Amino acid sequence: MPDTSAPTRPKPVLDIKSQFPVLTRDFGGMALHYLDSAATTQKPVEVIDAMDRFYRESYGTVRRGVYRLSEKATAAYENTRKQVAGLINAASEREIIYTSGTTQSINLVAYSWGGKFLKAGDEIILSQIEHHANIVPWQIIAERMGAVIKVIPVDDSGTLIMDEYKKLLSERTRIVAVNHVSNALGTVNPVKEIARLAHQAGPGGKGAIVLIDGAQSIAHMAVDVRDLDADFYAFSGHKMFGPTGIGILYGKLPILESMPPYQGGGDMIMRVTFAKTTYQAPPHRFEAGTPPIAEVLGLGVAVDWLRRTGLDKINAHEHALLEYGTAVLQDVPGLKLIGTAPGKGAILSFTLDGVHPHDIGTLLDEDGIAIRAGHHCAQPTMDRFGVPATARASIGPYNDATDLDALAKGLRRIGEMFR
Amino acid sequence: MSRSNELYQQVILDHNKNPRNYRALEGSDVLVCEGHNPLCGDHITVYLDLDANGTVNDLGFQGNGCAISKASASMMTAYLKGKSLAEVKTIFSEFHDMVRGEFDPASRENHLGKLTLFQGVKEYSSRIKCASLAWHALMGALDKQQSATTEE
Ligand SMILES: Cc1ncc(COP(=O)(O)O)c(C=O)c1O
Repeated sequence: MPDTSAPTRPKPVLDIKSQFPVLTRDFGGMALHYLDSAATTQKPVEVIDAMDRFYRESYGTVRRGVYRLSEKATAAYENTRKQVAGLINAASEREIIYTSGTTQSINLVAYSWGGKFLKAGDEIILSQIEHHANIVPWQIIAERMGAVIKVIPVDDSGTLIMDEYKKLLSERTRIVAVNHVSNALGTVNPVKEIARLAHQAGPGGKGAIVLIDGAQSIAHMAVDVRDLDADFYAFSGHKMFGPTGIGILYGKLPILESMPPYQGGGDMIMRVTFAKTTYQAPPHRFEAGTPPIAEVLGLGVAVDWLRRTGLDKINAHEHALLEYGTAVLQDVPGLKLIGTAPGKGAILSFTLDGVHPHDIGTLLDEDGIAIRAGHHCAQPTMDRFGVPATARASIGPYNDATDLDALAKGLRRIGEMFR
Repeated sequence: MSRSNELYQQVILDHNKNPRNYRALEGSDVLVCEGHNPLCGDHITVYLDLDANGTVNDLGFQGNGCAISKASASMMTAYLKGKSLAEVKTIFSEFHDMVRGEFDPASRENHLGKLTLFQGVKEYSSRIKCASLAWHALMGALDKQQSATTEE
């Protein structure tokens, strides 16, 4: 029986799968349907080659060697900072700190900024749909400083309830830390408005600080930290087509200048004596030890790739697929989408009646479909929706409609198997 | 047979859908332990009633988990009724080694019986803990612990 109501496949905005070696290799005669970009993105060949070439042809340390290899590596290493600053429209590359990832970026702020400025009774506002990386560091520092954590609730679609947020803001609010896009639901939070309101609260109404966890936004939409008026913006290289082991913390320079070092060691000092050590200015103050040099270079290439591919195009491509994926999944018997906020990002979290998400994950793998199953490091989000876990398909610019067709077909098969 | 057909056999699907002994046991002597798998957040509580000689009088379980962990709990509770404490410990250790791929039940005589159905789990490193969750809770109950985890 021909189904005339079947959703029509969108015309792809981008056609870039061939640039990603893993996505085009043969898995025993089976194609890989990679739908786990929210966990980590695949790497374009340019990034892989650049890192490989660096190790083979021009590897040397940075900011120490006086030989040419090191000087060249240092120049490339510092150039990535400029590229990242350009990507997010930071005022200066001195506002770009290299970290190991979003997790370390947030910990840096919690320990360094929080450890200096938080006092007993101060309040930290988080949302109900944060990743554990934007919850646990705050719990640790709150406990140490006697600060209190307040939580912005979400409605049944996974949208932050802004009226509740407004009620939480007060003279006691010192920092508001929220994600730009939720990894578990895909909700895009109104971070510009969140920052505007936070900046009117705080002690004496002089403004609370705002940290935005951009792990899920940076590779999927254009981000302008000055337009958002973010005080901190954190993200990971491996979720933006770059390597693992490298991440970024953006911070407004005057705030960074007011903060003590996060870790001590080489490269972050001006002068060390046993009597007294003076520290470098930002960003180097926060970068102790030999950094992941190849990863920084790889990140620079990834940023370049992102800008050339075009974040607007990536966003349009993913949104068309999100719409298509939503339609085909809604036709699967017993499937329930979790997270239906208007304007959400390209993440499809769902449950299937009678089937645990882990079983879905294992069984889809049989069809070459890679999705995430579990609590997505967001257990409070799962609690809010009364589920222990969900299955999650997340879309990247290299996906196409066949990936979502395969997903829907696999889910039907699994549903029948468990019936 | 594909990898997952070997894992998701009809018996396992059936125990998932109609779990045996899915109930709490009452009584002041009943040993209770909640097993957690921190990797996925799943938890299964095992209720154990031993008689004076240390023989398993009754077993029950409740909780939330995937088909593998639920079927494993269901089959475990059915299989161990009437077994002695020493037998339970032997079966646990054989089962544990089997799902980790360290013991092939075909290689020597053993006490696993129908539980060898879970052999396929060894191919799925991320699912081994699902199969052993209820067993860890059972061992925790024997040790008079209130909770146990799959992380050793
Ligand atoms: C929203 C969000 N925040 C933080 C993180 C942590 O990122 P990383 O593990 O790269 O430090 C993730 C990654 O899963 C995320 O999705």
